[in-house]
Amino acid sequence: MDDLQVKDGVDAETVEQVKALSGEYKYGWDTDIEMEYAPKGLSEDIVRLISSKNDEPQWMLDWRLAAYRRWVQLEEPDWALVDYPKIDFQDQYYYARPKSMVEKPKSLDDVDPKLLETYNKLGISLKEQAILAGVEMPEEERKVAVDAVFDSVSVGTTFQAELKKAGVIFCSISEAIKDHPELVQKYLGTVVPDSDNYYATLNSAVFSDGSFVYIPPGVRCPMELSTYFRINAENTGQFERTLIIADKESYVSYLEGCTAPQRDVAQLHAAVVELVLLDDAEIKYSTVQNWFPGDENGKGGIYNFVTKRADCRGARSKVMWTQVETGSAVTWKYPSCILRGEESQGEFYSIAIANNHQQADTGTKMVHLGKNTKSRIVSKGISAGVAQNTYRGLVSMHPKAKDSRNYTQCDSLLIGDKCGAHTVPYIEVKNNSSRVEHEATTSKVDDDQLFYCRSRGMDEEEAVALVVNGFCKEVLQALPMEFAMEAQQLVAISLEGSVG
Amino acid sequence: MVFPPKSTVKSKAKMDLTSAALDQVPTFDGAGWADKARAAARDRVAAMGLPVGRDEYWKYTDPTVFTDTDPRFDGAVAASDVFAGADALTVTIVDGAVTGDLPQIDGLDIQSLADAATADIHWAQDTFGVLEAAGQTNVERPLAAMTTALAQDGLMIQVTADIPQPLRIVYATAGGQANVHHVVKLAPGAGLTILEEGLAGARAATNMEVAVADGARFDHLRVVPVVAQRDLNTHIFARLEADATFRSFTLTPGGAMTRNEAVIDILGDNATAHIAGACLGDGDFHHDDTVFVTHDAVDCESRQVFKKVLRNGAKGIFQGKILVRPDAQKTDGYQISQSLLLDDDSQFLAKPELEIYADDVACSHGSTSGAIDEDALFYLRSRGVPHATAVDLLTLSFMAEAIEEIADPDLADIVLAHLEQTLSARQ
Repeated sequence: MDDLQVKDGVDAETVEQVKALSGEYKYGWDTDIEMEYAPKGLSEDIVRLISSKNDEPQWMLDWRLAAYRRWVQLEEPDWALVDYPKIDFQDQYYYARPKSMVEKPKSLDDVDPKLLETYNKLGISLKEQAILAGVEMPEEERKVAVDAVFDSVSVGTTFQAELKKAGVIFCSISEAIKDHPELVQKYLGTVVPDSDNYYATLNSAVFSDGSFVYIPPGVRCPMELSTYFRINAENTGQFERTLIIADKESYVSYLEGCTAPQRDVAQLHAAVVELVLLDDAEIKYSTVQNWFPGDENGKGGIYNFVTKRADCRGARSKVMWTQVETGSAVTWKYPSCILRGEESQGEFYSIAIANNHQQADTGTKMVHLGKNTKSRIVSKGISAGVAQNTYRGLVSMHPKAKDSRNYTQCDSLLIGDKCGAHTVPYIEVKNNSSRVEHEATTSKVDDDQLFYCRSRGMDEEEAVALVVNGFCKEVLQALPMEFAMEAQQLVAISLEGSVG
Repeated sequence: MVFPPKSTVKSKAKMDLTSAALDQVPTFDGAGWADKARAAARDRVAAMGLPVGRDEYWKYTDPTVFTDTDPRFDGAVAASDVFAGADALTVTIVDGAVTGDLPQIDGLDIQSLADAATADIHWAQDTFGVLEAAGQTNVERPLAAMTTALAQDGLMIQVTADIPQPLRIVYATAGGQANVHHVVKLAPGAGLTILEEGLAGARAATNMEVAVADGARFDHLRVVPVVAQRDLNTHIFARLEADATFRSFTLTPGGAMTRNEAVIDILGDNATAHIAGACLGDGDFHHDDTVFVTHDAVDCESRQVFKKVLRNGAKGIFQGKILVRPDAQKTDGYQISQSLLLDDDSQFLAKPELEIYADDVACSHGSTSGAIDEDALFYLRSRGVPHATAVDLLTLSFMAEAIEEIADPDLADIVLAHLEQTLSARQ
């Protein structure tokens, strides 16, 4: 971009912005740090090793082993509209932690500066200050507590003391297993059981870390909570597990971000996220997924096989999933809502962008079990290059879910004639007092809109980014502000090289 | 990249079921063209295996009633007379065998499959079983191959002019099962309307292969009789060349199990395909419309319109797909599936899919489900319309969009009158 030719009348700010946006994958560097690995491959011994590394109680090991024994019996699912070489599960590492983390640092001050620098470089501050994605706010107004996960371990969690005052528990799941076993035992695996699916079962056996959140009754979490996942080590799978419990009348907004270095060999990421909502609780869960998507020839990238589910157990509970999926070579992800409590609500807002050789098969499940439950799905899929983008979703109205309501809108946008956009909704209505509406459209970027932008002096790539941002507006608006800004920029970056 | 179709899992249970069924199918060692096609169809069934409930394509419909060795129903069904008033050429098929003289007029050559099969070579041989085999490309449809293998009769229809008079096919049965296979071949610029009514058997299977050449027109109207105890599975395989028009509408006002599959391949530019259906379900009624439209040419239009009115535990299924292949630019694809659930026991299960590999297209689908509009009902009641009549009126208006797909207004009137009559006759 150094030889960028600036036309007359284009102001400096625009030029800067275009420069900033035109970096390819911004997070493709790696951290040179001494790592400790578990031996390559997967066996009962590896499961035992992971458990002992985390110093886990016997019940946790038993749970993992049961999952492992089940996983061995399972077959890898092949129903998604994605195509990738068969994964050799014995040819990767299931545990990698920085050597400096062997002795768990007592506070963030003791953490290896190289690790802190990694997060700084990613724009994630582990200092307890209120900065994320370059947005500065008065300290009291906007704080974000961060749990930073580096390969298999949590590096540290900020603002723990302040959160503790409010009664909120926010820590890594490995700490929670030790410090809050009663909560973990009560809820872990109750939303996504270890028998759920191939990758969730694998995760149950080998998950190494992740975040744990408990919001006590009546508490509105005083700040946004966030987890930042970074895969650094080569040939290493990341298997994190997140468990969030929102007790009665509580509220939390949770953000999740992820990146990985640029490597030639594809890497596996299989996470499980479980949300439990009791009466009148509310969780907002926002994800900006920006794993390395592979290079423009489809080499490398992350295989992102994720199971996310929210169980609205309580009456009037509400969950909102918002996701911006721009990274990963292959995505297989369906954040779901089990609407069990009466009058519970589930919302799903998604932007999935697939460029170059990326393949995304993503969507949601809304399972209405309780009376008067409501769900809303807004999905925007964008395909460019030779990418394939599929929305796959389920809306199910059970016989007892009387007077429930669903509205689904899936729009797909195609940029270029070599990519694909697909919609595979399942609609199951088993009572007549519920109303279900589904609509989907597929079209290309509107020529008139492009022409208008071009006539105003934008180059083609900028114009496409603007039109696409407009197409995604409904979803972007559902994101917390910092994420919305990051997401807008990501939309532009992800479409890099898709025009002309 | 266009994804290769995912073949169904060939489980042992599936293959055991298949070999047991194939034991009852002749091996077709005849040297004739038809027997060769039947033997190939038999081989396709052996390779694919019969459907089982675990197959994704049978997610919402249990195929057992079609794959069981013995049909569960055995009642007689008399010939129906819905289209008796239409000025049509009529052919009667009793228990799966063509009876009586076949109409012969200029531009329309009709033979029975039983007769045609005895010839050494026949014009139908490039179509018979061929479109069905091609229709297995994206999804396996073993029941269609089974029908090709088993059907001993049906109509081989060659059309070389635009025939103004519809051809009416009336089925009747004394009970048992029947397999019928039709081939319709339309020459460039030719046109034909086919009206189908009645049932070929208490368990009936029908294949219809339709080759529509450049600029040709094919209209198809089907009314299934109100017979509670019958199982029906039908397949339409259509191939459209440039500027061709294909329209099909099916009314199913009752019955037990129905699976209607339509596979439409649009190969020529500027062609149009419309497929529509309306059903009235009551009690032990399970109706599955499975449609697969492939766009492989530019400037083409397709529409799928399906309406289901269900009560007393009836189930309505819609599986629709629009596949737009690379370079099928300027495609206009539309798909709507809606259900009206008249009570709390009925179910609507839908999987409306889009799979699109070309960018300059406008494709959309919609699907809705809900109860009758209380405000509309209240309005009619306040005008003195009795409750049952009001429900029937709203049912008719709900189905209107599908019935409007019938191109010929006189035929649309016949279908509408029959629907009204069926509605008012039921309790």
